[in-house]
Amino acid sequence: MNLWWWILAAAAIAYATKMVGYLVPSAWLESPWVLRLSSTVTVGLLAALVMTNTFVSGTAVVLDARMVALAAAAVALVLRAPFLLVVVIGAAAAALARLIG
Amino acid sequence: MGLAISVATGLYGISFGALAVAAGLTVAQACALSALMFTGGSQFAFVGVIGGGGAPAAATAAASLLGVRNAVYGVQMNALLRPGWPRKLAQAHVTIDESVATASSQEDPDEERRGFWTAGVGVWVLWNAFTLVGALAGDALGDPRAWGLDGAAVAAFLGLLWPRLHGRDPWAVAVVAAVVTVAVTPVVPAGIPIIVAAGVAAAMGVAQHRRGSAS
Repeated sequence: MNLWWWILAAAAIAYATKMVGYLVPSAWLESPWVLRLSSTVTVGLLAALVMTNTFVSGTAVVLDARMVALAAAAVALVLRAPFLLVVVIGAAAAALARLIG
Repeated sequence: MGLAISVATGLYGISFGALAVAAGLTVAQACALSALMFTGGSQFAFVGVIGGGGAPAAATAAASLLGVRNAVYGVQMNALLRPGWPRKLAQAHVTIDESVATASSQEDPDEERRGFWTAGVGVWVLWNAFTLVGALAGDALGDPRAWGLDGAAVAAFLGLLWPRLHGRDPWAVAVVAAVVTVAVTPVVPAGIPIIVAAGVAAAMGVAQHRRGSAS
């Protein structure tokens, strides 16, 4: 299937998810269960995305310049750098690590 | 406040646009995601999975799961702002981290409404404008790896995760999800480890809820 259809489908799901909040009785979604699940799934997904983007190439686990980017970004976040700066530091670290080789 | 948030968030639309193109999307596809999906974390997840060689179905699943928190925001904004039809249709689309945070930080009902719409519409306009800028720049850069754009993706996801790591429970979920992701990577198709990690995180959420810890 063409990537365009997936983009449209994913966008439709994203909109429908937002709309659900406005349509269902609030008691359904404001239960502590749902709040807890929504926050843990978000954390789990983001942690997984950090790992795949750092250590995964296809279906292989590899160590390369992206590891340096991860370390540099973590230091920037500990030092309370704003999001955009963290991203720039991550890019610069990976590029530098490759340059040095 | 809504305006400051719009500018700050809009600017990192540049990084989304550049990463989307580096992941193999066209400029038009990057812009379509920003205009239509319009929820940053899910958009980064979608292009992150595609860029890692994952199937579009896995990208769609990861993006959709990451968007679930928006349903919770919808409940909060529905109660706070009480929109009627057809305003609800537009309000749902701009229900994102930033508009909800801005509305929630106000006291007066008029200010809550103004904050929500300023941040929601402001971020939408700038997020889309800067996605286009980033996508065009990414296209012009050539080899994304030489510019460290794959390192930018790593930093972007860590930057999205970081503010959510307050207390022991989220840290535990993040560490277990990270370990599970790497462990299953060699044995399942690309993109699927992220879905497995989401399942493990959900199970941990249930366990943590049962235990009744507060954080």
